[in-house]
Amino acid sequence: MRLSTRRIGAIFRKELREYRRNRSVVAGMAILPLVYIIQPLVAVFALASSASSSLAHEHVLLYMLGIPALVPVFVAAYAVVGERQQGTLEPALTTPITREEFLLGKALAALVPSLGVAYAVYAIFLGLVLRFAQPSVASALIQGPDLIAQVLFTPLIATWSIWVGIAISARSSDARVAQQLGVLASVPPVLVTVLIALNVIEATLALAIGLAVVLLALDGLGWWVTSGMFDRERLITGHRSA
Amino acid sequence: MGRQGQHPISDVPAAGDRGAPALSVDHLSKRFGDRMAFEDVSFEVGRGEVFGFLGPNGAGKTTIVRTLGTLLTPTRGTATVVGIPLTPENGAEIRRRIAIMPESPGLYLRLSVVENLECFADLYEVSGSSERIERALGAVDLLDRADDACGSLSKGLRQRVALARALLSDPEVLFLDEPTAGLDPVAARDVHDLIESLRQRGVTIFLTTHRLEEAERLCDRVAILNTTLRTIGPPDELRGRLFSSALTIRTLGALSEPGRIFAGLAAVTGWSQDGPASYVIAVSDPAVAAPALTRALVAAGADVLSIGEVHHSLEDVYLELIDEQGDGRP
Repeated sequence: MRLSTRRIGAIFRKELREYRRNRSVVAGMAILPLVYIIQPLVAVFALASSASSSLAHEHVLLYMLGIPALVPVFVAAYAVVGERQQGTLEPALTTPITREEFLLGKALAALVPSLGVAYAVYAIFLGLVLRFAQPSVASALIQGPDLIAQVLFTPLIATWSIWVGIAISARSSDARVAQQLGVLASVPPVLVTVLIALNVIEATLALAIGLAVVLLALDGLGWWVTSGMFDRERLITGHRSA
Repeated sequence: MGRQGQHPISDVPAAGDRGAPALSVDHLSKRFGDRMAFEDVSFEVGRGEVFGFLGPNGAGKTTIVRTLGTLLTPTRGTATVVGIPLTPENGAEIRRRIAIMPESPGLYLRLSVVENLECFADLYEVSGSSERIERALGAVDLLDRADDACGSLSKGLRQRVALARALLSDPEVLFLDEPTAGLDPVAARDVHDLIESLRQRGVTIFLTTHRLEEAERLCDRVAILNTTLRTIGPPDELRGRLFSSALTIRTLGALSEPGRIFAGLAAVTGWSQDGPASYVIAVSDPAVAAPALTRALVAAGADVLSIGEVHHSLEDVYLELIDEQGDGRP
């Protein structure tokens, strides 16, 4: 299968331009990270030095992996059904673009800003903690393995979220319903990150490698399944192709 | 989009098989569940032809366009588009060589006109996209609105942008699905002018429309569809096929013995009264019948006001076929 980078790029650029000019998308991508950053910061700043010993046994930073699980699904769930509702899907599908190219363009357009938002939030959070939290709290909070896990797991989780969002979008007839279902589908990975962050699930290297492999497989499977669900005929007429 | 504002786009690219018809459809059918969208449709469209597809709402016109545009898979039958067999594997190659302008323009409203066209130039992978976009905008006289957001344009202007988008790839076959629906008469005339200019450049145009006068004016041949294909041919031929030639005669007063006057005249095959002093004469050849009738009326002392040929419009043909065969929809 030959993929045209030009066609993928066309969808990618078009999507980014549309996001930039769509206030609800910008607000949706901004509000959630703000919620994610404000509450923990307030809690961290209120911690006394004595709390550092208990913090050292937790992985609070991993809680932020909920951002790449939630932010991209918000735009990905809009990707197909949004175009259907606007009447722009049919003209796009009358071009030589293949469904794989179309979906990759959509996925990349959801992934890039989501990664940007997620990494920016991490950086801001770490910067503020280092600058304003008690030094002992900051050093207990910011652990090397957690940082590496955050950097590596963010794209894996975001990609999975995106395929789930697009798959829901390809099967929905209403953009808002698709977004709500997409957020609902992101709850399990968010739950796992919270349980790891609170040490309910013990964070070990083996667990990290295992989860990474599973996520990688799910990311590949997500593209394959979503491509299979992308049926031009059903998207245009509501009927499956013969 | 006045004529003086139009610029040529470029010559139609050479097709793989110039000898093959632009479209060849053989017993094609499409069913959605229990509903038959169109059934057993066969026709051919030659290269450079403007082919009109007429029919009432729900007749299957748009479904045929979508099927030939590889968006839908036919239930039965075969077809070739620009000489390429209509199969799922050939979908991308067919779409590369055709363009479809759907009834709704389907523009990205938050993007500017030129951003919309840039996106589609990339989707078609056209070379020299900047020049191509400029030519397409020139062809629809929209160069001065290139940077406007599509959401700020009127319906007529959006339709023009959609036309420019369809022209970007220099398609061999251009499908226009109700291109003037909802347009005011001036905007509709501009679209007609553009279709004329495309015809002169040899682009094959497949036009679905409700506007019968539009089809009559623009199309070399028309097909009338109501789930099944009812008829196909040049508008003049369809008229001739459905309606026998007739003359109308108006006199100052009612004729006392019309039957005696009209009987036995050359090329007259029958007559009927259409009003107090108006008669419709069925004839086999108007050129022979009209002088004979005139002489007979004068000889009978009638005061003749007018003698003229009855002209049947494409609308008459359409209504005759649609009414005669019923709605036809399942």
